[in-house]
Amino acid sequence: MNDAPTIFIPLDSVALALGAEEVAAAFLVADFDIVRTGSRGMHWLEPLVEIEVGGARIGFGPVDAGDTASLREVLLSGNFAAHPKYVGAIDELDWMKNQQRLIFARCGIVDPLSLDDYEEAGGLTALKKAANTPAGSLCEEVLASGLRGRGGAGFPAGVKWKTVAEAQADAKYIVCNADEGDSGTFADRMIMEGDPFLLIEGMAIAGLAVGATRGFIYLRSEYPLAERILGEAVRIAYNEGVLGADVCGSGKSFDLELFIGAGAYICGEETSLLNSLEGKRGEVRAKPPLPALEGLHGKPTLVHNVLTFCAVPDIVRAGGKAYASLGVGKSCGTMAFQLSGDVKFPGLFEAPFGLTLRDLVERIGGGARSGKGIRAIQIGGPLGAYLPPSQFDTIIDYEALLAIGAGVGHGGIVVFNEDVDLLEQARYAFEFCAEESCGKCTPCRIGAVRGVEVIDRIGRGEDHAENMQTLTDLCELMVDGSLCAMGGMTPIPVQSALNNFPEDFAFPSIRRTFAAGAEKTP
Amino acid sequence: MGGTSNKNRALDEIVRPYVGRTGGLICALRAIQAEIGFLPPETEAAAAAAFNLTRAEVKGVISFYADFVRKPKGETVIRLCAAEACQAQGARSLEMEVCRRLAIEPGATSASGDLTLERVYCLGLCSAGPSAIIDGALMGKATPEKIVKAFETGRGARK
Repeated sequence: MNDAPTIFIPLDSVALALGAEEVAAAFLVADFDIVRTGSRGMHWLEPLVEIEVGGARIGFGPVDAGDTASLREVLLSGNFAAHPKYVGAIDELDWMKNQQRLIFARCGIVDPLSLDDYEEAGGLTALKKAANTPAGSLCEEVLASGLRGRGGAGFPAGVKWKTVAEAQADAKYIVCNADEGDSGTFADRMIMEGDPFLLIEGMAIAGLAVGATRGFIYLRSEYPLAERILGEAVRIAYNEGVLGADVCGSGKSFDLELFIGAGAYICGEETSLLNSLEGKRGEVRAKPPLPALEGLHGKPTLVHNVLTFCAVPDIVRAGGKAYASLGVGKSCGTMAFQLSGDVKFPGLFEAPFGLTLRDLVERIGGGARSGKGIRAIQIGGPLGAYLPPSQFDTIIDYEALLAIGAGVGHGGIVVFNEDVDLLEQARYAFEFCAEESCGKCTPCRIGAVRGVEVIDRIGRGEDHAENMQTLTDLCELMVDGSLCAMGGMTPIPVQSALNNFPEDFAFPSIRRTFAAGAEKTP
Repeated sequence: MGGTSNKNRALDEIVRPYVGRTGGLICALRAIQAEIGFLPPETEAAAAAAFNLTRAEVKGVISFYADFVRKPKGETVIRLCAAEACQAQGARSLEMEVCRRLAIEPGATSASGDLTLERVYCLGLCSAGPSAIIDGALMGKATPEKIVKAFETGRGARK
């Protein structure tokens, strides 16, 4: 029937993990048109059901299967506010109003696999503009934008673009690092599931700018839904002339392929990723040569994280200067912050650089969900620092965090309450490194194993002073001697835990909740 | 060749479409595993012949990646996230309790072959932890009760 109300239900992985499929099934049998979207990023409200009325989206969440009967009635009667899961107009919620969404502007609103939706919401204007812009000017815009790599290293993107563009070679490649392995991060997954054409557009622009005709998306195998949606989006993009022999009428070709990883965290390191993409063991390569000059198959290769490519269409559309005007200092534009752990309002929050950690954890995140005190946050994934509340007034930008021994990483912030034992977290950092080390360099391969042993001895109080010194020496050696960031940055969580929470490394420790190895206590 | 078994020929066929493609070996290994459920002993020989590599090189690739396994997994595969964001939401005690209730260790397959329990390092469901994936179905805010129920429902459906 024609006047069936349209409702929007996310198909994002988080929404599915919280029961969105059951909710959608309950509406399938009723008089509704259902549009499946990405997630808005308000994950405490998932599954979030929305209905469009007079141009506004009214939300209900978190909806479970038990709510659907009453929700159907309310949606048909129009008496929305009467429902206990009513949250009001989505755009009027503080969480949404306080964001400046450039990358996530469409995520949660559009049907991710509708190219029409994408274009209607401003998509492809940048690629069409790029098709008629000299390649050199595109590189200049990205340089002027001040965009830095969002994967963690924060290297100026424009410098990479110019390096690849100026390299002379018979083939060049664009490679997207979608091996989002950092715990506490899910922005890449959300955008690939919720607005995949944005990534395709960003990569195609990069191809035109640096003279590359082939691109690859290296996607981790832990993201099967992103694989399905991206795969379908690539197929649609080919059918509609966005990819292929004549990109949007530019006369230039760009082919894009999806490659699925095989379960290795280290493949998020760009040289390891390139080896893996060549079908080899994902061992890291020594740099130089830089991948920008000798990357995939030894050819100049532009490697960026998903969000770096996704920032490109806005930069091309609005100009590099407009993008650079956002943020603080040398941290330009917006960052997709991801909040998780013991926090009341977990999810994705995109804003210009310049917020403090306290803004994010307390004002936006609402503090600990459990009601317990917050003891620590870890920012930047498994290789990121553990910081205490006394440092929460630090502004989140690349330089300010570096000054306190931390990093932005991929923008993930995990909140730990007072139950956390930082010695246990430091042990885990080594354990994870031992599990995921590629094994190529000794400091990482052996150091990680030794790290676990040393921390276990500290925990048991065995030669405590000597082992504390050994731990410090080991961290120093791994920083100085490792080939890549895996071994070189594993000491960051360890040393930050040690420096900021020394009481957890004392013996006896009053908060010890475990004793390692054979002396394990419940 | 006369000595080539039917199984070997089947592997050759699975592998062939990926020869010459970027990253073809990993794609081919994924394809074998998708079809057979694990990588049988004949994998090295078949892939080495197809990709013009040594068997040692193929073995090196197989052993590098956590996804590749040499033995069949259990009928149900439960993967529990063990990474930091889930730790902050009780993943350690969840793992302990699930292992106790299902009488299994992380990384093990039950003697009857009905269950494999694995650790996974991040499913990207950090905002809804602790998380798990059970036979491909994502689970947020996982509890021992929800996991055991999903396991028993799956087992019941197979009978």
